[in-house]
Amino acid sequence: MASNSETRGSSADYETMMSASDVELLKRAWRNEKAAPEILQYEGALVERAKEQIELVEESVEDYVENGKDPLLVSLYQMDLDRTQFLLRSYLRVRLLKIEKFMFHNLKSEEAERRLSEQERVFATKCADDLAKHFEETVLLKLPENYQSVLKQSQISEVDDMVPQPHLDTFVVCRSNNFVSLNLYEEGESPETVEMERGDLYFIRYKIVKGAIESGQIDLI
Amino acid sequence: MAGQTDPHISLFSPQEVEFMAEDELVEIVPNMNMEQLNFISGDFGLFIPQIPTKVPLWLAVALKRRGKCSFRPPGWMSVDNLTQILEAERESQSTFQALPFSYVEIARLLFDHAHDDIPDKYMVRSLVEDIRDVRLHKLETNLGSFQGTSAVKISNVSAMEVNIVRPFVRRALEAFYKHDKPEADVGRDTRSSRQQREANNEPRRPLRQR
Repeated sequence: MASNSETRGSSADYETMMSASDVELLKRAWRNEKAAPEILQYEGALVERAKEQIELVEESVEDYVENGKDPLLVSLYQMDLDRTQFLLRSYLRVRLLKIEKFMFHNLKSEEAERRLSEQERVFATKCADDLAKHFEETVLLKLPENYQSVLKQSQISEVDDMVPQPHLDTFVVCRSNNFVSLNLYEEGESPETVEMERGDLYFIRYKIVKGAIESGQIDLI
Repeated sequence: MAGQTDPHISLFSPQEVEFMAEDELVEIVPNMNMEQLNFISGDFGLFIPQIPTKVPLWLAVALKRRGKCSFRPPGWMSVDNLTQILEAERESQSTFQALPFSYVEIARLLFDHAHDDIPDKYMVRSLVEDIRDVRLHKLETNLGSFQGTSAVKISNVSAMEVNIVRPFVRRALEAFYKHDKPEADVGRDTRSSRQQREANNEPRRPLRQR
């Protein structure tokens, strides 16, 4: 029956998803985010789950301390809690850093904007507004008329050339989880491919592996 | 602002590399009874005296420091295995022997906290250091032979070694790529008449403090 096979298929996916613990997933997300030059898709569900688990353990550690449980156990649970908290905080901090660095770009490009969480979007908009206002008041209004834009160097510029963009041609170290074959060059140029076996390490241009990272086939190191 | 002065978010500090290595599983032999631990990162235990069990490295170090267990050194850390690997590393100029990805961090943590659990510890320590030296030297000499490619395969290089060479290799490969690319663009540039400067939108380098 169609519905049975569907549920069986999705439960198999569910199992492979659950086989990696949340902490491992968070570690992977943190590593990828740190190594990638542009901001990656926000792992909303993962962050929520991690927050819940952290809160649960925080409460139980407080209980343990009150009830005088073995201090060794308490300190071990606290250590695990600290490690998970560090991962979560560092992940969010790296994303904030990237948002600040490429503030105007993130709001201009639709693709980048889709990858931010709600709160990050609010933060980015406010930040950009504040920064634009600051520039205008201190410098731009004092420049001749054609040069007053925050985004363009002058009125003659056809593109927004005062907006720094993430450098997608930077090289990153990656490891593939499956056998993957990638096109080394842009469309239309000589199609050279590189094939990666599972577990191979490569120094490679970020643009080439960008799609594979999003689909989870490749990890950044 | 969340650390806007840090221009290099994509670089991992050695502590962060060690942090990632600390999740590796190692075998310990507890000397006391303890209940199962239900951590966020997973469930570990039961802890029964003299029964070996696998736990993450950070937990093992914590227990060892409190005198609650002893280590079982991993199989690859025997004198025989390491001598063999050292020989093989010295022989080949371009390939690296297969070692655990975090072997540097694991070895360092074991030497620091559990040296009495390692048989022939001085021998093992000098072997590991020699292996590190040979591999790093190999990496350095191989760096001189890069050409303008878009992908370089580095099999069996470990996490700490990758982290050490990452900044240099990154800049070198980028420079190669940048200088190879404009050869295709030369034709286009000569055609443009009125200067339409292409927007160079790379992030500006931070200015040096005077």
